Amino acid sequence: MLDAQTLSMIGKGIIETLYMVIVSTACAYAIGLPIGLILVITDKNGIRPCPIISKVLGFIVNLLRSVPFVILMISVTPLTRKIVGTTLGTSATIVPLVIASAPYIARLVESSIKEVDAGIIEAARAMGTGTFRLIYKVLLPEAKPSLMVGGAIAITTILGYSAMSGFIGGGGLGDIAVRYGYYRSESDILIVTVAVLIIIVQGFQELGMRLAKRSDKRS
Amino acid sequence: MDINEPIISLRGVTKVFNTKESEVDALIDIDLDIYQGEIYGIIGQSGAGKSTLVRCINFLERPTKGSVIFDGQNLGNLSLKELLKVRQSIGMIFQQFNLLMQRTVLRNICYPLEIAGVPKKEAKQRAVELLEMVGLTDKINAYPSQLSGGQKQRVAIARAIATKPKVLLCDEATSALDPMTTRSILELLKDINQRFGITIVIITHEMDVIETICDKVAILENGRIVERGKVEDVFVNPKSNAGKRLVFKSDEQFSEFGSEKVYRIVFNGQSAFEPIISNMVAKFKAPVNILFANTKNIGGKAFGQMLIQLPEDRIITMQMLGYLEERAVRYEEVTQDA
Ligand SMILES: Nc1ncnc2c1ncn2[C@@H]1O[C@H](COP(=O)(O)OP(=O)(O)O)[C@@H](O)[C@H]1O
Ligand SMILES: [Mg+2]
Repeated sequence: MLDAQTLSMIGKGIIETLYMVIVSTACAYAIGLPIGLILVITDKNGIRPCPIISKVLGFIVNLLRSVPFVILMISVTPLTRKIVGTTLGTSATIVPLVIASAPYIARLVESSIKEVDAGIIEAARAMGTGTFRLIYKVLLPEAKPSLMVGGAIAITTILGYSAMSGFIGGGGLGDIAVRYGYYRSESDILIVTVAVLIIIVQGFQELGMRLAKRSDKRS
Repeated sequence: MDINEPIISLRGVTKVFNTKESEVDALIDIDLDIYQGEIYGIIGQSGAGKSTLVRCINFLERPTKGSVIFDGQNLGNLSLKELLKVRQSIGMIFQQFNLLMQRTVLRNICYPLEIAGVPKKEAKQRAVELLEMVGLTDKINAYPSQLSGGQKQRVAIARAIATKPKVLLCDEATSALDPMTTRSILELLKDINQRFGITIVIITHEMDVIETICDKVAILENGRIVERGKVEDVFVNPKSNAGKRLVFKSDEQFSEFGSEKVYRIVFNGQSAFEPIISNMVAKFKAPVNILFANTKNIGGKAFGQMLIQLPEDRIITMQMLGYLEERAVRYEEVTQDA
């Protein structure tokens, strides 16, 4: 059935997938987290209302989010070539993954931060907390459990995107599924790949939820 | 600072909220002076503008018009940085406590000290002292969700006074608490006021709270101060309709007055708690109509007030008043203004 070669290929696929997903998630958070914070803070009911910034940023986020991933993936190839030097393989896939997921993460972060009780923010402001310290001493720590849940959702979504990128030679498990399962109809390889993907998704989901629950001191 | 200068002074403070549908005049031309060491109550019904008023004092809300002078500084003229500094000398507590849920009790109390730039070790030491003062030393490492409402408010109070502020603002601080806990929190506030001389501003919709600890009171109605003065004076003879409503809990009682004289008797802790009216009725064998009563027994002493109708007979009335005087009960004839 599955020989050693196939298994090692799947093993390599797992590592590639994890590499793509983890690096993409990290980069996407580096962009999405600040954008999410800016969206909350500059909102008309925010701490430093600035409708122009919040509207423009919100528009860009919505625009990017409304482009289906497959189309985005193809349309950013020129940019990918500029940044990575190639459009094939795992590193090249990270570019569209980040561009697609950063706005999604910005919205996840925005909604987590908005969950922070307005009364707590008011108390912090009454104690003389400025905007910057409000963010890292109040908003982020208080929203931590919710941000972690968001993180689990983001990482599984990015995993899904990364599998889709198999169609353009993105590497990883998605690539294997497309090459063997789809083009060659080797259904046992397809099944194993899908099973591994499911396990990884469930694993991240479970881990994220558990960490979130453990870190939450509200209950 | 001149001792006769108020620590908080509002002049012509007006706040208009512009919403999509309408304009709300939350505060209209408020003048208010609060002096060092006072416990000043601001009472009014829900929506009267109390929270807006108290939030104007620390400029969480910027008045649309008018000025707020705190400790000699006009807050409207300060830069953001200066304003943040001023806020560190104004503590605030809330109905919903508003503790940081992901921080322990200790770290909650350390929070304002962190903001004020107090070194960690010193901050911790101060927090421990404060916890001792509010009687929660054993909860030092607990999280707010593990505390009762009263305990949360004690932590909030410790946090609010950590930076040794000059003023403590309390927005409905006891409204989410049961009567017993309310009393213990009010006692704590009184204690803080006496020990540290912190000026306290109490916002409430409950007359009981004002009665229990305030020196002065302002009654807020529809964004205006309709009556103000020493608590005893407003109590003994509320002039505004809002004041009467708050003191008597309803307007009706006034219209019941016939030709008989109505007296308010005030128990201010000078007299023993005893069924004074029934004893009086038994002694003089004349009817007394109790229109309103709100008395409490605190440590065997009577606190609160009653509104009673004494018999038409002048002589019996005089004797009854003499009886009350003997028992150190203050009374006053209530004048009925239209
Ligand atoms: N941010 C706001 N936007 C619009 N209206 C407000 C806002 N805050 C308060 N108000 C309105 O101002 C009035 C006074 O509110 P508030 O000060 O909260 O009253 P209180 O604390 O006495 O219940 C109410 O009519 C309320 O609806
Ligand atoms: Mg209020």
